[in-house]
Order: sequence, then structure tokens, then C-alpha cells
Amino acid sequence: MTTVAAAPPASAPRRGGRRRRVREAGLGYLLVLPAVAVFGVFVFYPFVENFRLALYETPPYPGLPSHYVGLHQFAQVLTSGAFFQSLLSTLVFVVMVVPTGLLLGLLLAVAARRRLRGMAAYRVIFSSTVVTSVAVAALVFGTLMDPVVGLLPWLGIDPRPPILDNPTWALPAVAVMAVWQFLGLSFVLMSAGLSSIPEDVLEAARVDGASDWTVFWRVTVPLLSPTLFFGVVVATIYAFQTFGQIDILIGPANAAYEHVNVLVYNVLTTLQVNRTPGEAAVLSIALFLLTLGFTSLQLRFLERRVHYGR
Amino acid sequence: MDAETGAVAIVPEPPPAPVRAAEPQGGGAHRRRAGRLVARYVLLTFGAVVVLLPLYLTVVNSLLPTTQLTRRPPPFFPAHPQWRTYATAWDQGHLGIYLRNSAIQTVIIVLGQLVTSILAGYAFAFLRFPLRRVLFVVFLATLMVPFEVTIVTNLDTITTFGWYNSFAGLTVPFLATGFGTFLLRQAFLQIPRDLQEAAALDGYGHWRFLTRIAVPLARPSLAALGVFSFLAAWNQYLWPLLVTGDNNHIRTVQLGLKLLRSTNLQSISVSLAGTVIAVAPLLVLLVVFQKQLVRSLTAGAVK
Repeated sequence: MTTVAAAPPASAPRRGGRRRRVREAGLGYLLVLPAVAVFGVFVFYPFVENFRLALYETPPYPGLPSHYVGLHQFAQVLTSGAFFQSLLSTLVFVVMVVPTGLLLGLLLAVAARRRLRGMAAYRVIFSSTVVTSVAVAALVFGTLMDPVVGLLPWLGIDPRPPILDNPTWALPAVAVMAVWQFLGLSFVLMSAGLSSIPEDVLEAARVDGASDWTVFWRVTVPLLSPTLFFGVVVATIYAFQTFGQIDILIGPANAAYEHVNVLVYNVLTTLQVNRTPGEAAVLSIALFLLTLGFTSLQLRFLERRVHYGR
Repeated sequence: MDAETGAVAIVPEPPPAPVRAAEPQGGGAHRRRAGRLVARYVLLTFGAVVVLLPLYLTVVNSLLPTTQLTRRPPPFFPAHPQWRTYATAWDQGHLGIYLRNSAIQTVIIVLGQLVTSILAGYAFAFLRFPLRRVLFVVFLATLMVPFEVTIVTNLDTITTFGWYNSFAGLTVPFLATGFGTFLLRQAFLQIPRDLQEAAALDGYGHWRFLTRIAVPLARPSLAALGVFSFLAAWNQYLWPLLVTGDNNHIRTVQLGLKLLRSTNLQSISVSLAGTVIAVAPLLVLLVVFQKQLVRSLTAGAVK
């Protein structure tokens, strides 16, 4: 690092000319190198490698070399009933989690908007689930949903089979945990969006005689739409990545497994249980394509804030 | 929390609204206002109960003796808290070593991300070099590849490097971040030009400018990135699950929770005590660093 000390920052009057520019460029490359190396090895290489792996099939017996099958494997995996079921579970899960999580977050944010006594405490509470991990959420809700010590038997409901072993209810149960866990982030996002709406706009509407309900739907929500849109994107990406609760609470041996085998979990079990990396690669590509729309939108949000100056 | 009784001791609301044309002034409007305030607190408190109840019941259940776990209605307060359960969870669940492992893993990732983001962010903000814009777009493009998409090959790569079951395997894939680089580049670009020129006149080189001016001025963004990476690293589940095998000296506390989970009546309290131990440090983090956390979570959200 000491060698670079001579080059002045910014664009000072150009004296050294060419030599100085070469040194500046060299320093630039040096500084981005560590990150580029990590991205190259752990993001871009595996991304491209997926497409190569997807062309090779692993024989069912261990020890045999995998062989080239071309696009056949894509067709085989993507048209299989298991993939369809996995895709369906994933989409159903996303649809259950995203609107609920955002709406509840918005509700809390609206309630916590005014500066009233004790509001700081409420805000901490509402954002608290943002720090919980999937493992924490899984153990907390695993107990609440337990057929013996959980809350349902107390409410007079005798779930049989237990919720988490029940093909119909296991996925919604995981969605409940995911919504709870997402609530913190949702609240934080919605609060930030609300605070960017000037109070006098809302006051003006009220002075004109609009009820709270009208103000909310006709003024707040439209003004909040960029935040809501960003929220949908973030929530969807979050929902697509969910699988830890399923791994901890349900697992491949469970009767409900097929109905909760969301894509990420499918990639994992294909890789670790079936040990067919080619198929896992096909599933990874499918997962990438499914999230692509949302991740690129997320990028657009960031990019809007980029100054391409200098 | 003073809020529970707050509805009675009415707090002066922010500046009284300008006269409402339609409403008669006096008692009626005042009462309605008070009524709305009460309604607001009821809603807030209900929300708080819903959000906190799962964690609260976890704490209660972790302290109940086994015989009371099945009692209905469930006890909402432990009459005889069994603190010993926590000691059992700590020992049986190897939580000491798992927490240590999580701490090591998290510190490596946070520091690594801060350093690589500072360096790359500085280059993108202050240095001219061919392909700079292309490279910046490449950095941002990493945000479009969810980590889950890369696990098939990354697991192979880690094994080839001999990093399976090691802190290197646990952390190196996360030592750079497109988001962090973006955040710091933005922060560096806010530094006034005059300051750069003044520093140049004083004979500051890039290294001195970076360490004495750019980094100190970017402190809020650094804090935001630091808290964000901390949270993400500490709560990681997928990757530690894949690369730590059955090695107790590497396993993180999240995996420890998976192992501690039990539906066996005798050990439910123990697993819940473990859960409380695992989440407690983060709740402290939340309270202390709320501002930074909110800042990083909302980056990109508000125009």
C-alpha cells in the first residue's frame, strides 16, 4: 500500500500524465481484486458450471462416472411430476407469505406512525422478528404447533395427523412462521416509506373532510406504492429462499414432505440425498430463472440511487 | 413499558391540527380525538402481543418443569422457574462451543465484507481505470444470483480446496458483497470535492485519504453494513448445514438448535432454553443498533 501514497486523490491537475494514469488504474484493479476473486470463484463460476453439470447424468449406482446426456436431463427433470409439485408448493408458499407479510407490516407501521408516548418501545417490538433466524423461528413455532404441548389442543382442536405431518397443513404452518419472521422487515420497510410521506399532504386531505379510511386508501397507499412495490420484491425473494424451517421441522422422511418440498429444499435433497448433482444443477437453474425477475427489479431499485458521475 | 397505561395520561399530540372546517369545536371533537388515541393504543398493544407472544411463550415454556408443560390452560407465567434448564441446554447442546463458532464465523465475515467493500467502493468512487463501469455492473449483477443457486458447485469447490469442515469453508464465499460495495461507493461519492482537493494540496496520497478522511466520513454507512452483515452471517443456515459435517468444533449455533430440537416431552424445555440463548444476543443487538439496522434494511427502498 505504501507504494501508492504518492498519487493524489481525485482529479488533481494532470501533471504526471500517462504514468500517473497507469498507476491509478493499477491501484483501481488492485483494490477491486479481492472482491472480484471471491465473486469469480463463488458466484460466477458456479453459476456457469450449473449449465455444464446439467448436461451430465449421474448413474444411480455410486462409483460410476457421470455421462453426457445433453439437454435430455433438462427435459426429464422439468417435466417430472416431482418438479411440478415442488414448483407448485413454492408458488403457493410465496402467495401465502408475501401479501400477508406486507399487509400486516403496513398495518403495524400505520399504527406506529404518530409520535406518541411509548412508541419507541412499540417500534422495537414490531421490528424485533427481523433478528430471529430460521432455526429460532422453527423451534419457537415447532413447539406452539406441537400436538401435545402446543396451542391447538388447548384451543380444543385435536390436529390429526399433527399439523407438521399433515400434507394439507404443513405448508401453511411454515408460511405462518415465515410471515411472523418477515413481519419485522416488513414493518421497517413500511415505516420508512410512510415517513417519506409529508404529514401536511395527509392533513390537507383530512381538512377537505376525507375520513381516515379514505385518506389511507386514496392518499397513503398511492404515495406509498414505490415502497409497496419494493416490499413485494423483497418479500418474494425472501419467500423463494425459505427452507430452513422445513428442514428442521419436517424433513424428507415425513408424510407431508412432498407437499413442502419447495425448490431450494429440492435442490438440497437432490444434491445430498439423491446425490445427483446434474439434476440439482437443473433445479438450480430453474430457481435462478424464477427469481430473476424479482432480483433484477431489486437491482433497479438500487441502481436508481446510483450516481454515475465522475 | 409505560405505554400500557399511556392511554389515560393523554400525551399532547403533535401540533394540533388546523381547525377542521366540518367539525364543531369543543367537547365532542376532543372526546373523539381521545377515543381515537385509545383505539390506536389498543391496536398497538394488540400488535405487540401478537408479535411477542411466540417468543414470550418460548421463554415461559423453557422455564416450566416438565409436568406443567401439558397443563391446560397453559401457564402464562412460570410459578417456579427452572433456571437449571438453561445450564442443561448449555451443556447438552454444546452451546458454549457453538456460540464461539458462530462468533468466529460472524466476525470473519463482517470484517471481510467491510474491508473488501471499502477497497472496491473506494476504487469505484475515486479512481479511473478502464472497464470501471463494466466492473461495477458486474458487482451489482452478483445480487441477481441467489446463493442457493450456486451451492452445487460451491460445495465441490470448498471440498477441492480442502476447506470442508473449516472456518475457511464457512466464511470465504461471503467475504465480498455487491450490496456493501454499492453502499460504500455511495457514501464515498458524498464526500465534498473541496475536501478531496484540499487533501491533495496537503500531499495526501490515496492511502492517507482513504484511512484519514474517506473511511471516517463513511462511518454511518460502515455501521449500517456492519450490522447488516452481522445479522446475515449469524443467522445463516443453509451453508453451515452443507459444509460443517459433524464437526463440533466448526458447527454454528443455528445448527446446534437443529440438533437440540426435540418433540420428546422431557427435552422440550431444554431445546427452548437453547433457542432463547441463541436469540438473546441478537435482541440486544437490535436494541443497541436499531438505527443502523433500519438504515441498511431500507437501502434502496425509499427514493
